Amino acid sequence: MSEAVLPTRVALVGNPNSGKTALFNALTGSRQKVANYAGVTVERKEGMVTTPGGLRVSVLDLPGTYSLRARSPDEVVTRDVVLGRFAGEAPPDIVVCVADATNLRLVLRLVLELKAVGQPMLLVLNMYDIAQRQGIRIDIEGLSRELGVPVVTTVAVRKRGLEDLLAQVDALVAMDRPRAASLWHEPSAAEIRQSHRDAERMLRAHVKPPLRPDTFTGKMDAVLLHPVGGTVILMLILFLMFQAVFSWATPMMDAIDASFVWLGQAVAAYVPDGLLRSFLADGLIAGVGSVVVFLPQILILFFFIILLEDFGYMARAAFLMDRLMGVAGLHGRAFIPLLSSFACAIPGIMAARVIDNKRDRLTTIMVAPLTTCSARIPVYTLIIAAFIPDRVVWGFASMQGLVMFGLYAAGISSALIVAFVIRKLIWRSATEPFLIELPAYKVPDPKNVARGVLQRGEAFLKRAGTTIASMMVLIWFLSSFPGAPMGATQPAIDYSFAGMLGHALQPLMAPIGFTWQMVVALIPGMAAREVAVAALGTVYAVGGQDDTGGLAATLSQQWPLATALSFLAWYVFAPQCMSTLAVVRRETGRWLWPVIMFVYMVALAYGAAFLVYRIALAMGA
Amino acid sequence: MSGARLSDLSKGDRGLIKAIAPEGHDGPGEIGHDELERRLLEMGFVEGAQFQILHEGLVGRDPIALKLDDMRVALRRREARAVLVERV
Ligand SMILES: Nc1nc2c(ncn2[C@@H]2O[C@H](COP(=O)(O)OP(=O)(O)O)[C@@H](O)[C@H]2O)c(=O)[nH]1
Repeated sequence: MSEAVLPTRVALVGNPNSGKTALFNALTGSRQKVANYAGVTVERKEGMVTTPGGLRVSVLDLPGTYSLRARSPDEVVTRDVVLGRFAGEAPPDIVVCVADATNLRLVLRLVLELKAVGQPMLLVLNMYDIAQRQGIRIDIEGLSRELGVPVVTTVAVRKRGLEDLLAQVDALVAMDRPRAASLWHEPSAAEIRQSHRDAERMLRAHVKPPLRPDTFTGKMDAVLLHPVGGTVILMLILFLMFQAVFSWATPMMDAIDASFVWLGQAVAAYVPDGLLRSFLADGLIAGVGSVVVFLPQILILFFFIILLEDFGYMARAAFLMDRLMGVAGLHGRAFIPLLSSFACAIPGIMAARVIDNKRDRLTTIMVAPLTTCSARIPVYTLIIAAFIPDRVVWGFASMQGLVMFGLYAAGISSALIVAFVIRKLIWRSATEPFLIELPAYKVPDPKNVARGVLQRGEAFLKRAGTTIASMMVLIWFLSSFPGAPMGATQPAIDYSFAGMLGHALQPLMAPIGFTWQMVVALIPGMAAREVAVAALGTVYAVGGQDDTGGLAATLSQQWPLATALSFLAWYVFAPQCMSTLAVVRRETGRWLWPVIMFVYMVALAYGAAFLVYRIALAMGA
Repeated sequence: MSGARLSDLSKGDRGLIKAIAPEGHDGPGEIGHDELERRLLEMGFVEGAQFQILHEGLVGRDPIALKLDDMRVALRRREARAVLVERV
């Protein structure tokens, strides 16, 4: 390969909500690469663009920040890349600072801080359409002269001003000024005050306040941040969101499921019975299918999250929920990830990226799988149908519904309690201050929302998919080898490694009332919680895996009530989901956290099942 | 009136920021006075800035949302204690 001329590296820096993502999308279009920075779980977004002068430019979108004095893992990346300290990341040739033209105070201070770094720099006043609509008059030339950097205006969502921006990049490269030595150091409080005064002076001299200030945001907030009304509206939004996740995703999930079943059968029709067929159909295709089936929920959930984020609502949700989360030692921003986990812990864990503080984020990730995800529903329904009488209690409530509610309550309260234990007892350090900007409301741009949603889906398939699919193949292997001997009387799984493991572990599980069949079923059940239903069907050799009615009848004869309750308690806590563990590994970058998660959840599950079993026995169940 | 702390004010109150003077944030597990001061400064809590409290949370009227010069920010009363203000 010939040595191509290296592209000019441009880094986008700016306050959160300045429209940096929109600008990055407008500049680079579909020529984007999303990955992680080496060693940290911060998303790295890079894209290519060619300037009017024919220069190839690689644009790097850095996490938003108010200062180079990094306070979160994301901001550390921004600082280190800008300063050229990030191992494996070449320092940018040009720093482009993106500003919301309607909100310049804080970003001007950031510009002054960035100037000390000494790289050629460019200030972009984005959202210029809104500034014009509000009648904010900015003396661009004066500002540029005073700051000593070129200033251009853009409207990222309309792709306006991009030519100008790129022409300035050309001009900066043409000047070919040697990079000045960095004079940046962590500013002291006094230095921050001084830069504020300088920024204030520039604002006074060159920016005239709006003639028609934004009154929309104030009016919306009067409703959306109302202590009672706002909370009710938040609950309604969430209710609608979950309705959508369930009702829109179900047909898609069923369709995906059906097409993988069809694919499995199609393969089975062509491949002769035996190991290869079992591997392809039950291992590989079923394994990949078990990953892809989560995709609709992930896409829909992130559609809402990104929509609300771009609208400017997420900061409000954090405001409304901060106090509640604070009880558990968490930050208001932890609310959305935890809530998302009710659909599925996987998008919930991925959504924890919005939390700046590392420990808050890890805590949120660690407790997310305790909330009652939708995959537990089939297991709960099966056991409830088999063991809980369909009776009306207290004259109005269904007993089965009450048990279901109790299981949900157990999930959410244990998540909050575990978070409390982690944040207040184990990791007592650094109570993160809650200090956030409430951005002005904006109409989300459909293209940006669509791009964000697709990127989430892609990230899930690419990064988690490989791990999850290989785990599925492993589980298939354990459940299929060695095969049943000739003339076997028991189901084949009994003779496999999973079967042996199940028998070997059974004495351990006897104190919580589990039969060996249950223990065997737990092993393929590691694939995903709902798989346990099918696995129980297999070990009890109930024909037709979808025949839950038949299975419920069998179970109600085979298990004592105490065992059934113990099994429910186990499922509230147990980490019966490889995909979740794989995603935690992906999001935290280490195996340590999924291992800790596995151990603590198994311990809780065992403890809870033990208590429930013993109490139920003592009460004569 | 002067010498008030931002944390003691209620919805509708307005004034000027006089000083940033954190106290009680130096215990174990706290971010420290200097760090809190710098974070507040970086979010625009700087001497001379004008503010008005716009909203209060449901439980314990916490956190609070305010208009600070021409932007909107939210913070807990616990951190707002560090902000000395003059009401107008
Ligand atoms: N009217 C207008 N809206 C914009 C512009 N740039 C971004 N937005 C919107 O502002 C919101 C925040 O933008 P985003 O790119 O997510 O900000 P980031 O947090 O800096 O990445 C989104 O709803 C965008 O659609 C612009 O130039 N004009």
